[in-house]
Amino acid sequence: MALLEVRDLTVVFQRKGEEPFRAVDGVSFDVEPGQTVGLVGESGCGKSVTSLAIMGLLPKRGAKITGTVTYDGTDLLKLSDREMRDRRGRDLGMVFQDPLSSLNPVIPIGLQVTEVLERHRGLARKEAMIEAKNLLDKVGIPDPNRRLKEYPHQLSGGMRQRALIAIALACRPKLLIADEPTTALDVTIQAQILSVMKELVQDLGTALVMITHDLGVVAGLCDEVNVLYGGKVVEKANRHPLFAEPRHPYTHGLLASIPRLDAAPGEKLTPIRGSVADNIPWANACAFAPRCPNALDVCREVTPAVEDQLGRLLRCHNPVVPGTPAAEEVPV
Amino acid sequence: MALGVTKKEKIDDLAETAGVSLAASAWKRLKRSPVFLTGATIIGIFIAISLLSPWLAPHDPASPMLIDQVIKARNEIPAAQPGHPLGGDLQGRDFLSRLLIGSQQTLIVGIGATIIGLTGGLILGTLAGAIGGWVDSVVMRIVDVMLSLPSLLLAFSIAAMFARPSQFTVILAVAIVQIPVFARLLRGSMLAQRHSDHVLAATALGVKKGAIVFRHMLPNSLGPVIVQSTLVLATAIIEAAALSFLGLGNPDDRTPEWGQMLGDVQKVFDTHPHLAAWPAICIIIVALGFTLMGETLREALDPKNRR
Repeated sequence: MALLEVRDLTVVFQRKGEEPFRAVDGVSFDVEPGQTVGLVGESGCGKSVTSLAIMGLLPKRGAKITGTVTYDGTDLLKLSDREMRDRRGRDLGMVFQDPLSSLNPVIPIGLQVTEVLERHRGLARKEAMIEAKNLLDKVGIPDPNRRLKEYPHQLSGGMRQRALIAIALACRPKLLIADEPTTALDVTIQAQILSVMKELVQDLGTALVMITHDLGVVAGLCDEVNVLYGGKVVEKANRHPLFAEPRHPYTHGLLASIPRLDAAPGEKLTPIRGSVADNIPWANACAFAPRCPNALDVCREVTPAVEDQLGRLLRCHNPVVPGTPAAEEVPV
Repeated sequence: MALGVTKKEKIDDLAETAGVSLAASAWKRLKRSPVFLTGATIIGIFIAISLLSPWLAPHDPASPMLIDQVIKARNEIPAAQPGHPLGGDLQGRDFLSRLLIGSQQTLIVGIGATIIGLTGGLILGTLAGAIGGWVDSVVMRIVDVMLSLPSLLLAFSIAAMFARPSQFTVILAVAIVQIPVFARLLRGSMLAQRHSDHVLAATALGVKKGAIVFRHMLPNSLGPVIVQSTLVLATAIIEAAALSFLGLGNPDDRTPEWGQMLGDVQKVFDTHPHLAAWPAICIIIVALGFTLMGETLREALDPKNRR
């Protein structure tokens, strides 16, 4: 049985006087112990909302959550506030996008690490401080004794993210959700942070849900990848088959749009036409159809069903034929 | 490479070893601000004078030692003379001594009113900002009602409700007027904190509600409140003076207060403007000092100005 089973997770935001908005629409995926699963998609595809729903961090009012999120046999969505609070940080950890704003600016780093240790592991302040020093050491922060006394603004961006990872992993959660952990960092630091995460996840046997729009992160880290579009999983495959043979036109487009070092000078990039704003509702159509180079008439009339193709899940009427080169250059 | 290492060590030496908190870095910048130093000097002198006034005052502020001159000269006010550099007041009491001792009352009223107002505002603002929902609505409607009245008018009404005015009723009246100001300010920044990333991050770590409010939300919301309290010190002094001026203050004029001294000389203002000028100048300078400190503090604590 998987550590985390997400089934038909649907999040509908409902505001008075406005059309309900389905941010996440029937998302299902499994995370095995020690496995790294990627949720990939552009802004607004519902990947962050999915993570917040799993953590129980969406506002009670205005967000209607259906489906099940089973962690180790318990449905997290059915737990009370208090039970959920006990699990957060202990069983499920989370790392956010912006390391500076995710740390409390008026408290030294040390106290922010010990806070979790005192809360969930019942350590006394002194023991917790020693443990905190070890944790900072483990995530590769030099001179941890000094850093424990410092405030977030005194640390570099990379070090702050390391500190956040240390805090998230302080209680050895079995599942870590990382919501775009490298987006706010520059490229060299991104690589360091990713290798720290990879190492820790392997050492501790933590399962990792990696939420990102960066396919480079996915390629380096994830065992299985879920590509989200408009709140639905449109393609799910293991890393190698996905990168070798993207079948969904969206996945294909994402991969084709990455700038390549071996491209001829002056060659134009291959973008995906339009933006998320062009989406049409999934009801009786494929949301990606208006932007899709492969769109058929049927794409605007029938919602594509999920098909299982040799372990790959695909939601498309007219998938890309394996071996197709990057789509033709489109005038932007 | 060796060069690189020594350079790095040097930089490490230069860097401070302990953490620099928001307050510490604000203080660093304040020390260099001439405006802040001016304000701080004024307030420093004011506090020193009020603490030392019993020893500084040349005479007993309550004793009508120049009353002979007043009676002899048919209600003439004693002019400046040796031993009494500012002359006497309507009842022949040494004016300089009254002015010096008066600083004490002003300080007590200002600080007392600010502390009470701040405490009330902190409680209400934290309740509203942390609990939200109907508690927030109820607290904020009360605050709205209080703020809808001009603050001075509200202070008069409160002071007038007490049958026996005293120094304490003045403090209370001025303080109650400030409570909604603090409450609304704190509630606003608490709400902003509630939706901040680090509060979400703390929630994602399972931190308990109480710790989230008192460790993560409240300390981050206090900046504007601290600034406001220095500004309120100035307002409180002016409002207390206004209450005393109108006779709603401490009726016991053996312990002088600047506003009360102003009120006493209303009738002779046209012939002896200096009697009004001195306490008025004192009030203005002290209020200015607190305002200068408050404004520079506001700038220094603004996170946008850090580093």
